[in-house]
Amino acid sequence: MNAPAFPTAAPYDALIVGAGHNGLVTAAYLARAGMRVVAVEKNDWVGGAAVSRQLDDEVTYSNCSYVCSLFRPEIMRDLELPKHGLQILPYEAGAVLTEDGGFLAMSRDHEVQRREFARHSRRDAEAYDRYARDILRHCRFIRPMLMRTPADPVSLRPRDLGELAWMGRKVMELSERQISEMIRFWTMSISDYLDEYFEHPVIKAYLAVSAIIGTALGPMSPGSAYVLLHHYMGDVDGNVGAWGYARGGMGAITQALKASFEAAGGEVRTGKGVRRILVEGGRTTGVELEDGEVIRASRVISGMDAKRTFLGTMDEGDLPGEFVSAIRKFKTRGSSGKLNIALDAAPDFPALPEGAPMLRGDLHFTDSIERMERAYDDWKDGTFSADPFQDTMIPSMIDPTLAPPGKHFMSCFVQYAPPKIRGQAWSDADRDAFGETVIDQIARYSPGFRDRVRHVEVRTPRELEAEVGLTEGNIFQGELTFDQMLFNRPVPGWAQYRSPVEGLWMCGSSTHPGGGVMGAPGRNAAAEILRSAKMSRQDMREAYDVL
Amino acid sequence: MKDLHDTARPWERPLLRSPFHPRMEALNRHSSWAPWSGWLSALDYGDTEMEVSAIRNTATLYDLSPMVKYRVAGPGAEAMLDRLTLRNVAKLKPGRVQYTGWCDDDGKLLDDGTLFRLGPEEFRLCCQERHLPWLLDSAIGFDVAVEEVTEEIAALSLQGPCSASVLRAAGFDIEALKPFQHDTQGGILISRTGFTGDLGYELWTGADAALPLWDRLMEAGAPWHLRPVGSTALDIARIEAGFIVAGTDFIPAEQALREDRVLSPLELGLGWMIDWEKGHFTGRRALAAEREGNTSRWALVGLEVEGNVAAEGAIVYRGKRREVGTVTSAIWSPTTKQSLALALVEAKHAASPDLWVEIYAMRELRYAKLMQRARPAPRPFFSPARRRATPPGAV
Repeated sequence: MNAPAFPTAAPYDALIVGAGHNGLVTAAYLARAGMRVVAVEKNDWVGGAAVSRQLDDEVTYSNCSYVCSLFRPEIMRDLELPKHGLQILPYEAGAVLTEDGGFLAMSRDHEVQRREFARHSRRDAEAYDRYARDILRHCRFIRPMLMRTPADPVSLRPRDLGELAWMGRKVMELSERQISEMIRFWTMSISDYLDEYFEHPVIKAYLAVSAIIGTALGPMSPGSAYVLLHHYMGDVDGNVGAWGYARGGMGAITQALKASFEAAGGEVRTGKGVRRILVEGGRTTGVELEDGEVIRASRVISGMDAKRTFLGTMDEGDLPGEFVSAIRKFKTRGSSGKLNIALDAAPDFPALPEGAPMLRGDLHFTDSIERMERAYDDWKDGTFSADPFQDTMIPSMIDPTLAPPGKHFMSCFVQYAPPKIRGQAWSDADRDAFGETVIDQIARYSPGFRDRVRHVEVRTPRELEAEVGLTEGNIFQGELTFDQMLFNRPVPGWAQYRSPVEGLWMCGSSTHPGGGVMGAPGRNAAAEILRSAKMSRQDMREAYDVL
Repeated sequence: MKDLHDTARPWERPLLRSPFHPRMEALNRHSSWAPWSGWLSALDYGDTEMEVSAIRNTATLYDLSPMVKYRVAGPGAEAMLDRLTLRNVAKLKPGRVQYTGWCDDDGKLLDDGTLFRLGPEEFRLCCQERHLPWLLDSAIGFDVAVEEVTEEIAALSLQGPCSASVLRAAGFDIEALKPFQHDTQGGILISRTGFTGDLGYELWTGADAALPLWDRLMEAGAPWHLRPVGSTALDIARIEAGFIVAGTDFIPAEQALREDRVLSPLELGLGWMIDWEKGHFTGRRALAAEREGNTSRWALVGLEVEGNVAAEGAIVYRGKRREVGTVTSAIWSPTTKQSLALALVEAKHAASPDLWVEIYAMRELRYAKLMQRARPAPRPFFSPARRRATPPGAV
């Protein structure tokens, strides 16, 4: 490449702050469109919350996010991620272990599932199909919105009017009854919603999980039903609502993105934290790194969450006061922690029949919605849950690349864990007590569990914030409640990936449609940036239709 | 039975085995099975053509056990079922069966099936889909108990012109039994019902008594070459008889992901079931509005298709150009020697003399593309007199 004609001209068309999955998605699309792009990452590795790291001698962890469903297949196709090594593996089953020594198994097989439900409640066994249909109906309405920039409802620009008309038409396609159902669903608690279909507490406890994961809500909080939908929005090979693993751990997604980005001529610089986003005359000129280096770029695109971007990495004086105030109010309360455990042998769960497939899926130890809600009560009190909820899996049961034969990686997603303990920062002692609480809970169902543990990584919201950069440890870069969705994400008036500073863009999960290793914010941001630069989007083919 | 219905480890054997499975398995020469409502069901026993021929020529056995069955019993059972279903249940006397349907509040069909009145306060509802929550909700306010009894009851369909002879030889007295009547003899309920549009019976008994019943019939039926048939042969016979199947010819209203895919009984040609005079029933208001406003969007029609190729999945056109519907079921009918189809056609075109179907027939890796005339025809396409003769013929 020739040296720039003028020394003051920016050497980059786009500088991405944070090489998480969304940052890399935006970076790869822009590089393919012909921009000169650099991604800077404060850690010595890329990936953000989609990483695989080997902290034990033999076992690789998915350190943060641990399952994959929402990642958009359009992105895999456009950026040729399978060619760059990405493989998605569907997983099989799951179970809730109950306090009385029993279990409820989940299965991919419709009839197995029905019979297993029937063992608990014959009515619920026959209610599941209607429940699944109703959830899918809501999904079918929302899914086409994921891959579109939300319309600004007060704008008169032709594109916004066109988008609003499109949304209006979609609503008009629904019957009056379905519109009522949808409004109820968006505003209800998952507990109330499940009560409309099911009677058995363990079945309800299993199904409620998706509504509280990553959210500072309890299952009885209004609005939690919608969060469930967010988790059902994905698919594995068209199997809507199905979940899978990325082969090699979640880092496989960001490694493939990095390879795709680099193949398109992009540059990744790790170990380069950004101290400040530079603004001159209302427009960004680049960034200053923590080591003092200044990188000039005509656009800066932040993959960090909205608070870290605007409150942590900028001079607030460069921003309108009202905007700063709105960003401060953006809810990013952390609610979860994570244990990554290396095991010398697969754990035994005597409640589960020998050879049962449930160890190949997700395991839960909370057998009623009331117990989940009590776990949330602890969070409200400012402590981690004494009887936490876990979404625990052993990905090495399916993925042979994570551990040598016989050894295992166990991933424990844990709720609830507040951003601070009774208003004080988490101490190491708090973190260790949290880890012990989780391991104790597993050991109650799995005798001998502790003896098999080789290594444990405990991550509270403190670690998630310090290492991954997630403000308050919120895994979605901002809570997924309905008041922070669509054209209100992250804040009203700024939902189209832009910011009040010219040339400064957002592409992380703080933007529509939110978190969950979906990649959609990154792709939508790239689309907006290319549109505003009047550049071709030929490598960004149409989103798949929902037929 | 424990072995067949072990509910503790369903993942080891996802499909249930019918109480007749040991006999079926021994005769299923190609191990040709398919799932049906969670059960292992025979697709064929080695030769579908011979099986269809036997349905129309001699006598056949078909395992009906996977049919979903509900017991509805109690002082309020008649009133509850009258409210649930389209037909007048007060007119259904003990010892009789109704072919009926039931709708959601919007008057869209949830399912069709047969309703047996076993006694003044006891009924059995047999159908394709599962409805327990719907039935339990429909029972609110009635003094009635509803339970699913599919696994408790084994059932065989004995169909064909010689089926009465087989029953006689097996020691059953069926001389007076008219279509849609039933009678219990020696713990076995015999109904003159079936899905073939021919002379035929269905036999119902406890799951534990299944194998002796099979053996008794097969032994008595040997002189008439009684043979088991699978679902493929039965499907041909039911299309000849013009019967519809949930999930194939209509999407049950509780399953439709797309709101516009649901259909009313008026649209499905089941309007004759509706008793407008019996008082309120679920869906009545919407159905009355549909009838009065003449707002049916679709019509299920029988079609006789030119040529000798089955029109499976074909698009229906008016005047060869305008798309007006879709074929839902189609066969080459060995009995009537023509290509037959059931199709959902836009209501205003349903009686058009200018209907066509577009058939893509794959022949050695190339499609023969056919545009064939399709004439609306009354159903059943095939209805022999022996179907209704009482006493039944002795062949």
